[in-house]
Amino acid sequence: EDSSVSTERVGEILLPGDEFCCGPKDTLPLTDSGKSERLVAGPGLRRSGDRLLVSRSGVLRHKEPNKFWIESQQRRYVPAKGETVIGIVTVKSGDVFKVDIGGSEVASLSYLAFEGATKRNRPNIQVGDLLLAQLVVANKDMEPELVCIDGSGRANGMGVFGTGGLLIKVSLGLVRRLLAPRSDLRADLEQLFPCELAVGMNGRVWVRAGAVQQTLVLANLLQSCDAMTAPQRQQLFRRLQQGAF
Amino acid sequence: MKDTPMSNCERDFILKAIEEKKRLDGRQTYDYRKIKITFGTDYGCCFVDLGQTRVMAQVSCELVVPKENRPNEGIMFFNLELSPMASPAFEQGRQSELSVKLNRQLERCLRNSKCIDTESLCVVSGEKVWQIRVDVHTLNNDGNLMDAASVAAIGALCHFRRPDVSIQGEEVTVYSPEERDPIPLSIYHMPISVSFAFFQQGTFLLVDPCEREERVMDGLLMIAMNKHREICSIQSSGGIMLLKEQVMRCSKIASVKVSEITELINKALLNDKTARKAGGRCGFAESMPQERITALKTDQTAVEMTDVSETASSIVQTAVAPPQTVPSPSVPVPGVGQVGEGLRNTWGLEEEEEEEEEESCGGDSVEEVTKMDVELHQEDKSRTVDVVEILDSDEEEEEVVILYPEATKKPKNTGSSSGQKGAGASRKQKKK
Repeated sequence: EDSSVSTERVGEILLPGDEFCCGPKDTLPLTDSGKSERLVAGPGLRRSGDRLLVSRSGVLRHKEPNKFWIESQQRRYVPAKGETVIGIVTVKSGDVFKVDIGGSEVASLSYLAFEGATKRNRPNIQVGDLLLAQLVVANKDMEPELVCIDGSGRANGMGVFGTGGLLIKVSLGLVRRLLAPRSDLRADLEQLFPCELAVGMNGRVWVRAGAVQQTLVLANLLQSCDAMTAPQRQQLFRRLQQGAF
Repeated sequence: MKDTPMSNCERDFILKAIEEKKRLDGRQTYDYRKIKITFGTDYGCCFVDLGQTRVMAQVSCELVVPKENRPNEGIMFFNLELSPMASPAFEQGRQSELSVKLNRQLERCLRNSKCIDTESLCVVSGEKVWQIRVDVHTLNNDGNLMDAASVAAIGALCHFRRPDVSIQGEEVTVYSPEERDPIPLSIYHMPISVSFAFFQQGTFLLVDPCEREERVMDGLLMIAMNKHREICSIQSSGGIMLLKEQVMRCSKIASVKVSEITELINKALLNDKTARKAGGRCGFAESMPQERITALKTDQTAVEMTDVSETASSIVQTAVAPPQTVPSPSVPVPGVGQVGEGLRNTWGLEEEEEEEEEESCGGDSVEEVTKMDVELHQEDKSRTVDVVEILDSDEEEEEVVILYPEATKKPKNTGSSSGQKGAGASRKQKKK
């Protein structure tokens, strides 16, 4: 009953300080775990006592049965455990690499956290290299920690990459749209020309296409997609397709 | 806080792109980014947007005792602040190397060039002179802070009005703006700095480097010049060897850019003046509310379309020249020359088709054109990437169909639609 009322505001724009109220009762039964009507507050929603407040401006999204979050155009990255990010190696010191992932602090990455790496067999990594890695430790009190292997010790697409492409920064919202299972943005991109994309949840996107020109076009497109509606974007893509090819 | 490090891949890519004569934002080698000059509600406040780079200059004045060795000259004071707002790499309250360099260059550009008549700032010789203080604040750094700062500083100085004073015996009276109109500074010329970035030991040269280009450049040459082509200061940094020809070439480019920017500043000053005279509310405070947060405001992506213009021009070139039949203008009443008006449109059908094409390919291209007309001159310059050659082809068409009324009404052609349009025009002619 509660969630049905709160879903009324789904799709609306909420601003920081707005109260996310659910129906006749002004409070949420957050503490009451006995009830089945528990609510999961995602990014942009913050619990304050008995109330649920909006802490970020954006569109309210909902996922059945009880997940709510705010979809925003934020660009600042706050590391979260389990996310795959693109990092830049800044320092090689002893047995760890310091990797910039765009958060408030640099992350550390052990040289053993690569597929097939042993004490003898160190990965060949230079300062300034790009890495796709997963966060295993991310909380506000500790230095974030990265690994380039999954649970079974496989690289699974992670590791050093990025020769010849271009790294760009986009909003976190756009990254999520790119990574969504049935992303229309990605579908539009696929129709343009063959290209490679590496997308990090920290808002970094690495693009590579056949020629420098195409890579640049792609990078510019992605950066301008941020603030475009779907029809605007499709029109731009169509224009490009007619023009360039 | 440290700046985001630059990855090797970006560095390699940018260098490779420069070798192929491509830039990250689709500009050409000698193009400036879009320059926007806004004045504040108060006199002497100037905002300059150079692409994403944004600086603000504020001029203020004060009555002080002159320097002993120059008793009847006013004092100029310049200060450029690199605030952390502009970039996380800038720290508050610490004089970084960059800050010293920019401050020094700004001083050399504006004070040492003697562009302002300091003697007119004297009130009582040896006792009271005006001290003019120019504070330049960086609001966002996307490269080339120097050029933006110099434009903002000179713009603010031109915009500034100091209070009027009168001397009766020993008594100096300073009048408020209500009592007497404030007086502008007397400015002899407007020095403007133009930056050149060099790559690969001077093999490649770019005008107005953006932040990422600045990071990979080998050397930088800053030339301050006025529109009379007088070099006010010239500084090379980064320790690269430049040949005499290179410096000459740069100064030639600088003279072109400086005359464009000077024109832009004058235009902006004139706009501001007329707005003030009209009594309307003007300036920065007024320009802000229009930028609504919710509006999906985005700059046009500069997508390079060299291929398109090439195909367009090739179509125009290969197309069979239409027969040179010039329809005689009809004269409805003797003694009245009339072209078009009241005539039956002979090619209305084709025109409709064309309109449709136009709409489907680039609905907003027309909008873009109108915007360009309104916006300041510099914009045209920076957008020439996809417009320049197409304009040529358009002119060629118009030479042929000049007597038709539609030819003048026709919206200016841009972007991708030009190919079809050129073909359409020649088709039309053949039918006749």
